[in-house]
Amino acid sequence: MKLKTLIVLSCMLLGGSVFSAAQEVTDATALTDTAAVAAPRPIADLFARDSENDHGHSLTLSWTISPDDGAGQMNVIGYELYRALSPDGEFELRGKFPFGAASYIDVGAKEKESSQYSPDHTDFYYKVRALTSDPEVFTDSEIFGPVQSYGQWFNTGRIPVLVFVIGFLTTTVILIRRARGGADLFVRRLPGIEAVDEAIGRATEMGKPILYVLGLGTAADIATIASYTILGRVAKKVAEYQTGLIVPCYDPVTMTVAQETVKTAYADAGRPDAYSEDMVYFVTQSQFAYVAAVNGTMLRERPATNIYMGKFFAESLILAETGAFAGSIQISGTDEIAQIPFFVVACDYTLIGEELYAASAYLGREPLLLGSLKAQDYAKAAVILLAIIGFLTMNFGLEGFKELFYISN
Amino acid sequence: MRRTVPLTITFIVGTGLILSVFFPPFETVGEDFSLFFDIIAVFAFFLGGGNLLRVHGTRIQKKRRDWGYSFITVAGFFLMLAAGLFKLWNPGGITADVTAPGSLFQLMYNWVFNPLGATMYALLAFYVASASYRAFRAKNSDATILLVAAFIILLGRTPLGFYATSWIPDSFSLLQIPNLAIWVMTSPNLAGQRAIMIGIALGVVSMSLRLILGVERTHLGVEE
Repeated sequence: MKLKTLIVLSCMLLGGSVFSAAQEVTDATALTDTAAVAAPRPIADLFARDSENDHGHSLTLSWTISPDDGAGQMNVIGYELYRALSPDGEFELRGKFPFGAASYIDVGAKEKESSQYSPDHTDFYYKVRALTSDPEVFTDSEIFGPVQSYGQWFNTGRIPVLVFVIGFLTTTVILIRRARGGADLFVRRLPGIEAVDEAIGRATEMGKPILYVLGLGTAADIATIASYTILGRVAKKVAEYQTGLIVPCYDPVTMTVAQETVKTAYADAGRPDAYSEDMVYFVTQSQFAYVAAVNGTMLRERPATNIYMGKFFAESLILAETGAFAGSIQISGTDEIAQIPFFVVACDYTLIGEELYAASAYLGREPLLLGSLKAQDYAKAAVILLAIIGFLTMNFGLEGFKELFYISN
Repeated sequence: MRRTVPLTITFIVGTGLILSVFFPPFETVGEDFSLFFDIIAVFAFFLGGGNLLRVHGTRIQKKRRDWGYSFITVAGFFLMLAAGLFKLWNPGGITADVTAPGSLFQLMYNWVFNPLGATMYALLAFYVASASYRAFRAKNSDATILLVAAFIILLGRTPLGFYATSWIPDSFSLLQIPNLAIWVMTSPNLAGQRAIMIGIALGVVSMSLRLILGVERTHLGVEE
C-alpha cells in the first residue's frame, strides 16, 4: 500500500513538475511572441494630391516608410491604405502593398454605378497602417486630408509628343507642297519594291499566279493597312498583265477589305471582268492551320511569286521556306522585328520595318505620297541628330537635355 | 461619294484619336472605338464562314482540281460546328459548357486540332535548320559577320562555351565566350533593333498621317 501511495505521489509530483515545465515554456513562448510583434513605428510625411494629367478620379499618395521597415525592429511586413470622407468617419481599405512601398496611386472608377466609384471634387482623408506578422498588432499613421481629385483638360506630360506631331505634320505639309510645285525629291532605292514589277513580269511569262499574303494582322493594324496599299498596286499590275492572283486571308475583316481593294484595282486597270471573288478568300483564324493551307497552295499551285506583307509571327519562316522550296521569287515586308531575320534569310527581297510603310509611296511616285515619305526621312535625320546630342550631353553629365524628352502617362 | 465618305470618317476618327492622347477627358475614346471594331468583327465571322463555304462548295460542286481538300475542309467545318452547336457527346447535355471534358468538341480540339497545330509548329525546327544552312554560308563579308556572330551566340549558351574560355583572366572577361555572347546581344544587336524600331515608329506616324489626311487612298482604289 505504502509502495502504491509512493508511486502515485511520485507520479503526481513528476506530472506536476512536467506540467509546471510545460506551463513555463508556454509563458516563455507567449513572451517571445509578444516581443516579436511589438507595435511598429508609424509611417511619416503622408501626403496626398490629385494625380496629374488625368481625367480625375485618382489621387497620388506618398509617405516616408516606417523606421521599422527594413531597419529598427524590422517587423513591418506591409502597409494598408485607408480612406474616409471625414477624419472621424468610417475608413475603407483602398490598397495593400508590401514593405518598402512608399507611394500609391489610388485610382477609382468614374462610373457612378461602380463599387469602386471615386467622385471628383470631394474631400477625402487618408491614413496608412503599418502591418506586422500579427494581425492584431499594427500602427496607424496620422490622418492626412482633406484632399480632392479633379480632372485636367490637357496632358502637359505629353507636350514633347505634341511638339513632335506638329513638327512632323508641318514638315510633311511643306514637302507635299514642294512636291506639288514640281520639286524633284530624291528617295533612295528600295530594291524590294523595284522587284515587284519584275516579279509580276516573271509570273506573266511563266503563266503562273502570284500569291499575296497579308499576314496575321487585323484590318486595324497599321502594317495590314500598309499591305493593302501595296496589294492595290500589285493587283492593278496583275490585272494589266492578266496574271493570276491568290490572296488567302487569315481574318474575315481583312478579307473583306482585301476583296474591295483588289476589285477596285481591277476596275482601275480597266479589267473589272477579270476579277473573280475566288481570288481573295478566307482560310481560317487558326495560325498553324492557316500556314498549312497556304503552304498547300504554294506546293500545289507553284506560284511564280510570293509576296508577304503585313504582320507575321512564328509562321513567317514556315511560309517563306516552303516558298523557297517551291522555287518562287519571294518579296517580304514586316514591322515585326523578331520576324525580319527569318524573312531576310528565306526571301529574295525584304522590306525592313519602315520600308513597308514607304512601299506604297515609292510604288505610286505621286508627289503627295513622296512628300510624306521625304518628311519621314527628315524626321529620321532629326532623331539621329538628337541621339548624337543626347549621347554627348549624357557623357558630359548634362541631364537637362534628357529631361526635355520626358513623357508622362 | 464612295470614296469621300470613308475618307471623311477616317479624318474625323483619326483626328479625334490623336487629340484624345493629349486631352485626358477623351482618353477612353480609343477603347470605345475598338468596341465598334469588335462588334463589326463578330459579324465578319459569319462573312468568313460564308466565304469559306462558297469558295470550297464551288470547288466541290464543279469538281475542280484538288476538290478533295475542299471536301475535307467543309466536312471538318460542319463537324466542328455541329459538335459545338449541338453539344454532341457533352456529358452535361445541351445546357453544359461547350468545352466540357468528354464532349466531342473538346475531344476533337484536344486530339485532332491541337496535335495538327503542334505538328505544323514543330516543322519550324527543320525550317530553322535549312534556313540557317543557307544564311550561314560565308558567301560575302556580311554573311561571314552573321556566321561569326551566330557561332559566338550559340557557343556562348552552351557549357562548352563556358569551359572553352574559362581560363581567360577576369580582367579580360569580355573575351570569355558567354560574356561575348551577351555583349553581341545587348550592344550591336540591340542597337540595330532600336534603329529599326525608331524607323518603324516614324513609318507608322507617317502612314497614319497619310491616311488621316487622305493622301494615301490606294486601298480605296483612287488612282491618278
